[in-house]
Amino acid sequence: MLIAEAVTSIFSYSFLVRAFVVGTLVSLCASLLGVSLVLKRYSMIGDGLSHVGFSALAVASALSLAPLAVAIPVVLLASFVLLRLDNKKLMGDSAIAVISSAALAIGVLCVSLSGTNTDLESYMFGSIMAISDADAYLSIALSVILLAGYVLFYNRIFAVTFDESFSRATGIRTNFFNTLIAVLTAITVVLGMRMMGALLISSLIIFPCLCARKLCSSFKAVCICSGLISVLCFFVGMVASYVLGTPTGASIVAVNVIALVLSCLVGWGVRNVKGAHQG
Amino acid sequence: MSLIKCENLSLAYDSAVVAKNINFEISRGDYLCIVGENGSGKSTLIKTILGLKKPHDGQVIFDTDSDACAIGYMPQQTEVQKDFPASVFEVVLSGRLNSCRFRPFFSKNDKITAMHNMRLMGVDSLKNKSFQELSGGQQQRVLLARALCATNTKGLLLLDEPMTGLDPHATADMHKLISDINRRLNITVIMVSHDIHAAVNYSTHILHMVGENPFFGTTDEYRETEQGREFLCAWGCKH
Repeated sequence: MLIAEAVTSIFSYSFLVRAFVVGTLVSLCASLLGVSLVLKRYSMIGDGLSHVGFSALAVASALSLAPLAVAIPVVLLASFVLLRLDNKKLMGDSAIAVISSAALAIGVLCVSLSGTNTDLESYMFGSIMAISDADAYLSIALSVILLAGYVLFYNRIFAVTFDESFSRATGIRTNFFNTLIAVLTAITVVLGMRMMGALLISSLIIFPCLCARKLCSSFKAVCICSGLISVLCFFVGMVASYVLGTPTGASIVAVNVIALVLSCLVGWGVRNVKGAHQG
Repeated sequence: MSLIKCENLSLAYDSAVVAKNINFEISRGDYLCIVGENGSGKSTLIKTILGLKKPHDGQVIFDTDSDACAIGYMPQQTEVQKDFPASVFEVVLSGRLNSCRFRPFFSKNDKITAMHNMRLMGVDSLKNKSFQELSGGQQQRVLLARALCATNTKGLLLLDEPMTGLDPHATADMHKLISDINRRLNITVIMVSHDIHAAVNYSTHILHMVGENPFFGTTDEYRETEQGREFLCAWGCKH
């Protein structure tokens, strides 16, 4: 009853409804992209991008520019750079760490020099109040494009994720798809950052795929399961944060952690039962 | 008309030339084994034939028949694949992508071809199994079925050390399977191999990559050369 009441009262606030719609779509996009990123060992790119995004938002706010208009191009640029770095395998992981922390430092300096410290926390840890109407429309439009693109290119994304050499040899433009994934991740990270916060957004990308991997054995099942888990965790986290008065981003991540632990247990249990049957 | 002809090919790896004067020509139905020491440019040659790398010098000429461009490639396995959640059917079906061109999804025909190739490789019973749960030998059979999906009888199968990491039993199995594909389906095979004895047993042609002076000829010719005898003996003594 308490939950039903909470849900009804959430939907009576228009800014919460807006946050809800944007959050659901962003979670779904992030979890699908996450499948490719995690399986290709590119998880750190999402993390690096969110730090760059934080810095871009901070600079935008210091110069009083529109946040998304600054953050999206900057993060897109960063996604190209990070992908190149990782492809070269030339200290790829340390390069990402360097860019991450450098961007974070620039962001913090900008916020502190511009005089107001109040925004800092909302950028780092997210705030559902930060989503304006314009942000919401942009998020919805981009999410729909992303989901359509993912479905349309699904088979090619699978091939490129599973085996890049084979895909390239069979004439798939792997560079195009790698760049596409990086670009889409960049956009998703920026869209989700306002709500989840720069430090927490990458969890939306990583957790659902890790959960789904414990439970499913085919790529299609992992994609679908990952999307479902992501949306479910978002929903539960959002309601919990409303009921308990906890920060939204952190609550959603906490629910994701619980989901991961549960998935590990279920996966372990299923394997044991299977093993016992076969043995 | 030969299926592939390499003329005065030089290969470079990170701008250092690793192989020179590669000249060979293979016809439909041949089984070419590429042997040589580590770093002699075997994998680079495969990538050059696939068009993934530009030759340093010289050229690779393909048969003008467009079907001949259907190359089924079996690369070496990567770290990513070892714990990748994908069903066997998904992996094999992805070999049909080159026939999709601009279609986003697979047709019924693609699925039938995938099933057919899985039966040929004896992995049809594993259809819904997860790729990561298979044994090394089964995984290689699945990847071979995928490579078959990407080619046809007029095409070519390019295999990059398909026996890596297999136990002796699975290795023998794999050799027999590849030989069957070559003889029964009449598909041209180019294989990079470390196992010179098996190469000599199964292949029709050998390309031995050594620096400036690679050998190319039929397997029988190879046995008679000093290079061949030395290499065979070196292997015999070591193993």
